[in-house]
Amino acid sequence: MSESAVAHGAHGQHAKPSFISHYIFSLDHKMIGRQFLFVGLLMLMIGGILAMLVRWQLAWPESPVPGLGFISEPYIYPGPNGGGIIPPQTYNALFTMHATIMIFFVVMPIMVGTFGNFLIPLMIGAGDMAFPKLNMLSFWVGAISGVVMLSSFFVPGGPAAGGWTGYATLSAKAQYTGVEWGQHLWIIALMLNGVSSLMGAINYITTVVNMRAPGMGYFRMPLTVWSLFITAILLLLALPVLTAALAMLLFDRMAGTSFFLPEGGGEPLLWQHMFWFFGHPEVYILVLPAMGITSDLLSTFSRKPIFGYHAMAFSMIAIAGLSWIVWGHHMFISGMNPLLGTAFMMTTMVIAVPSAIKVFNWLGTLWGGSIRLTVPMLFALGFVSNFLIGGLSGIFMASTPVDIFIHDTYFIVAHFHYVVAGIIFALFAAVYYWFPKMFYRNMNQTLGKVHFVLTYIFFNGAFFPMHFLGVGGHMRRIYNPLQYEFITPMHDWNIFITWSALILGASQLFFLGNFFWSLFAGKKAEQNPWQANTLEWSAPTPAPHGNFLTTPTVYRGPYEYSSPEVTEDWLPQDKDIGASTAAKAH
Amino acid sequence: MLRWLPEDVSTYGHEIDSLFYLIYYITAATFVLVTVLMIWFLIKYREQPGRRAIYNHGNTTLEIIWTVIPAAILIVLSFMSVSTWAKIKRTVPPTDFEIQVTAKQFNWDIAYPGADGKLGTDDDVKFDNDVHVPINKVVRVHLKSTDVIHSFFIPNLRFKQDAVPGRTIMAWFEAKKPGKYELPCAELCGFGHSGMKGWLHVHSVEDYQKWAAENLAPKAQ
Repeated sequence: MSESAVAHGAHGQHAKPSFISHYIFSLDHKMIGRQFLFVGLLMLMIGGILAMLVRWQLAWPESPVPGLGFISEPYIYPGPNGGGIIPPQTYNALFTMHATIMIFFVVMPIMVGTFGNFLIPLMIGAGDMAFPKLNMLSFWVGAISGVVMLSSFFVPGGPAAGGWTGYATLSAKAQYTGVEWGQHLWIIALMLNGVSSLMGAINYITTVVNMRAPGMGYFRMPLTVWSLFITAILLLLALPVLTAALAMLLFDRMAGTSFFLPEGGGEPLLWQHMFWFFGHPEVYILVLPAMGITSDLLSTFSRKPIFGYHAMAFSMIAIAGLSWIVWGHHMFISGMNPLLGTAFMMTTMVIAVPSAIKVFNWLGTLWGGSIRLTVPMLFALGFVSNFLIGGLSGIFMASTPVDIFIHDTYFIVAHFHYVVAGIIFALFAAVYYWFPKMFYRNMNQTLGKVHFVLTYIFFNGAFFPMHFLGVGGHMRRIYNPLQYEFITPMHDWNIFITWSALILGASQLFFLGNFFWSLFAGKKAEQNPWQANTLEWSAPTPAPHGNFLTTPTVYRGPYEYSSPEVTEDWLPQDKDIGASTAAKAH
Repeated sequence: MLRWLPEDVSTYGHEIDSLFYLIYYITAATFVLVTVLMIWFLIKYREQPGRRAIYNHGNTTLEIIWTVIPAAILIVLSFMSVSTWAKIKRTVPPTDFEIQVTAKQFNWDIAYPGADGKLGTDDDVKFDNDVHVPINKVVRVHLKSTDVIHSFFIPNLRFKQDAVPGRTIMAWFEAKKPGKYELPCAELCGFGHSGMKGWLHVHSVEDYQKWAAENLAPKAQ
């Protein structure tokens, strides 16, 4: 492993690379990580705008959206003063594409693509990924999949409108949604996206297994690396199932097969089984990196070792293992045999236990610390707070009888936004934290704090009242809540939620402004601005292609904060302070 | 928040609601406990000059405690859920009152047995979107769909069941209070999903007989 690191180190000393090989077709994991970040942030803006349009329609149904009148009928109907009214078909497309983009083109590229790429080699002391060309290919196939997905907005009939879950038979025949090519392109884009993630996953697994620096045993790896490693294994095993299901769906639509169509002998529930067999591990693919990053940040900024390192690693392994046998909890009222529902309820209750362990261990980490409320720390705490709510609300729907009532209501929408949209807090934490290593400059901390406070308040303002709506029976994915007599009395909450969501969206300008300003004009960063232990901070800033000047040797675990052996309150993993420490490190 | 559950007029809804309340109290207590501890730690253990963090890698006893307690609570919740679930979804009580609901984009087709007393024959009496039932009577629903997946949802009865094309799914409910209850589709079924709804009319026994005499019997003859 050290040989390959040296080889890559030598590679870095080649002649100055051209613009194209440096910025476009880069083989450097750090640049590929940055590429994923920029694409992910662009998609975050698109997905966010789609969400704002959905919220507008729910608060002020069928009233013109300012400035939307430029889009032609039948996608948008003209209103006064250049406004545009969203018709039902477009509304369905908006929430379908919002979810698809946020999951596959924002959270996955940033949490897995950016931080997986940027951090794994740096944190394990490797010079690069095991397969740099495969890494480049992974980014470019992913970028093409994004182009294909966005192109579906411009085909006749508009983009997919069958929900991000694409339930057959709605998605399996064009006549049911009126969407022909939009849905085809959705399928093709997700297949390409799967290929991209698969290439990344193979690379991550190989790199972690083979390229750890001398002394970096598995149980000296930072939890961020553990989480990305486990995520990569889940991706490797889950994505082929989605790809197979998507291929079958495409055949049903284009080649006349009937995998999911009962008139030809097919079975609509087969899609749901395959989709959720992928889809539930997918939830953990999204959330595990956030958990790993949060663990590292909480320890660093509490100046204290993570509470129960082994329990944290094993609870992630337990979550990953259990994630394969809980998919049926999405299908309690689907018509699946109710006895199976009972079995899936049991497994779902079990998976809540390792999640609870994580929250309690995070609390344990804070206990007795010397807590620095930096911007990354605030966002990491925000993630814990949201995950707590999202985890607890999951218990309601795990109970099969309660799920009868709350299934397909806004209670579910509240739940998964607290979990999946809550990941955005870990995402921001990670961007603020690693920005100095990624872009050699510091982000502005005051603007960061303003961004945190606004995001935290209006995130909760947008998503918490959705629980109330759900308890009142408000269905999800409806175009106009005022069509229902039992929902109409709750309408003020819909307006409140929309205002919160609009302000939440506007608050992100503090982030974007800070990000791009700091990129060019931020204060130059030190090598280890947070006084952290992990290896990426031992690499020079800017880290060259090949990362480390000499391959680091690892003497201890990543969480030796406030160790009695040194006077500073941090002790880097590769710092040699004599023979005694190597034996003591866990 | 608790008052927001719609009024329950079914025979089994109170079991769902009490499970809901139980989970609500457990999760609310957990939320308060964790949040208070977190805020307290953030204040008490904020960075202060001259104080160093405790050098501590964890505590196995504590970790066992906070693994076992949630596990025990969740196992108990599971077992409490099993019987209610079995009662609602795994069994259909014997009854002589059966209707067929066929979902299609974007309507509920309701059918009552005709003179032959059987569903699915030519003399079935059909209605669009309006279901009429007597109180205190187990209603067995034969749920079908002709195109995409729909979901037959009656919030006031805590009733929800997907209708899947290619299948006939048996479900049941029993209403306790006369009234008119909204009956929306709860599963995305296309551009007309929003607004796909009907009404469940629950009548007293006398009123139902009157309705049936006017609407079911003449057509059957």
